[in-house]
Amino acid sequence: MRTTRREWLTVMAAGAVGSVMGAEDDVIPIVREAEGVAAVPVSLAGFGSEVMNALRFDLRVQGFRVVPAADAQYELSGNEGGSLSGQVRDRVSGKALLAREYRGGSARAQAHAFADDFVQLAPLGRIGIARSRIVWRIESGQASEVYLADYDGHNHVQVTRDGTITRDPSWVPGQRRLLYTSYRTGMPRIYSHDLATGERSVVAGYPGLNGSPAVSPDGRRVAMILSRTGSPDLYVANLDGTGLRQLTTTKEDESSPCWAPDGRTICVVSRQGGRPALYRVSTEGGPMRRINAVGGGSVTEPDWSPDGKLIAFTTSFGGFQICTVSANGGPVTVLGQGEDPVWARNSRTLLYVRRVGNRKVLSMLDVPTKQIEDLRRFSGSCSQPDWVR
Amino acid sequence: MATISTIMKRSLFFNVGLAMLLALAGTVGCKRQPKAPTPIPSRGVGDTGAPDTFGVVRPGDADQARVIPPAPPVTPWDQDVGVDPSVMPSLDGGGPLPDLSFMRPDPEFFAAYTIYFDFDRSAIRPSERSKLEAVGQHLLANPRHAVRVEGHADERGTEGYNLALGERRALSAREYLVNLGVPGSRVDTISYGESRPADPRSNEEAWARNRRGEFILLTE
Repeated sequence: MRTTRREWLTVMAAGAVGSVMGAEDDVIPIVREAEGVAAVPVSLAGFGSEVMNALRFDLRVQGFRVVPAADAQYELSGNEGGSLSGQVRDRVSGKALLAREYRGGSARAQAHAFADDFVQLAPLGRIGIARSRIVWRIESGQASEVYLADYDGHNHVQVTRDGTITRDPSWVPGQRRLLYTSYRTGMPRIYSHDLATGERSVVAGYPGLNGSPAVSPDGRRVAMILSRTGSPDLYVANLDGTGLRQLTTTKEDESSPCWAPDGRTICVVSRQGGRPALYRVSTEGGPMRRINAVGGGSVTEPDWSPDGKLIAFTTSFGGFQICTVSANGGPVTVLGQGEDPVWARNSRTLLYVRRVGNRKVLSMLDVPTKQIEDLRRFSGSCSQPDWVR
Repeated sequence: MATISTIMKRSLFFNVGLAMLLALAGTVGCKRQPKAPTPIPSRGVGDTGAPDTFGVVRPGDADQARVIPPAPPVTPWDQDVGVDPSVMPSLDGGGPLPDLSFMRPDPEFFAAYTIYFDFDRSAIRPSERSKLEAVGQHLLANPRHAVRVEGHADERGTEGYNLALGERRALSAREYLVNLGVPGSRVDTISYGESRPADPRSNEEAWARNRRGEFILLTE
């Protein structure tokens, strides 16, 4: 374990020194855990620098390491000229696995499409995430606004311009719509923002706190924290705010709800047992059941993996750590420094927040190999990420 | 020692002297939940405006006569008069929140009455009660006035957690006011989490200043 921690810190330090994309990737030592998985060695040849950088990021955050051709298991090669022609060869068997041309879009988009095709090849059989997008907030001075970008931080778009606190963006799966909390009227309210028309409607505008919206996997309902009755409690409603139902009635505060992939259970943080801990609550109501995160300390900001197996969360052992625990409870696995982890759809990569001095930046962590990669940097403090699904 | 010298400099009652300050800190400041009546300064609580960041009673409090505050109103679920509302909150937690968004906020009026909280806690500290009682007395004397409690957290919690913690702190203050007899319909709450620090630095002193509840006077 000591070795693992030192290697983790080495990677963190290297990431902090690197600029936008960390050009020194191949000098970073590969992180292994005794019980963990080694990154799969791949080589890259023939690509221009932009495609090369995009591919490096795509591969590292999905558990590959870029090595010289002689050490590679898979050889990715290609050439560019308006379109991207990509080939994949298995160097062990000598077989050509893929040869495909990618047209249209930007060079980066073509690279991401190629990366997704590669990881989905039969010998790997993974779910590609390179064409994913993300939303998050950037805090700068007294205001914070919601942004949307490719999952590596490129091609960003500013979604809100209210000059006030905007927070907790939550994408509506399958739609071009997101929910967030905005203080634009002076009080925190939850809005539904249609990106196609720019129209906004109030989902929850009750007295007190209306915060932490989390949209269900089917995009039909929202879990959120309201304090209208005099205590911050968990509620669920239809996406437009109708059909409001109160799911917890504790005297203490609940926070940061997230959904199980089946859409029937919500995981929420509650202090009802003294310190913040994870609880599962049925959307049909009923008792709160503790998810015992053994050794996890004060547990906040849960996110349920799309395969249903793990819950990632933030804890504090003097500085914030990101951890995972089985969705049924059990011993906690500490992954490293960071906050607010959210699972990619491959259930192995975590998008999370890490602190660099007084700022927060977004990073990606491949959980099995523990490889980390910073997203493109922005001025201001980046936090509260969510995946576009 | 830095703490004491800071307080001495800020104090309007410098003459009280170090010995008296230390005596007070020993007899009053260390009690987290005293059974003794809470001292109420007679004119304007929190007159120095200096944040009571470390639970030390300010020298100025020493000159004030000890007055028993009005008992919390007896309710069907809180028959035990003398129950400390910060330790044993009434079961309804101050009741449903009103919509006071139509009222005009005045952030200056109660600026000297900001209350401070312990790390990761929302209970009202004994040292902060006198400020709440002064706010409550103003509201009881001015039935057309209302108040908004702004809850804030320091940066050492996660953002999601701090939003709820700030709200819980504001609600604790509201509950205290309700237990003093202020109608819940005249007190609302807002949480800023860690987004509006009073002191942007990252050290113990700044964090103590940032774990706070501010009172915003609301008028029609």
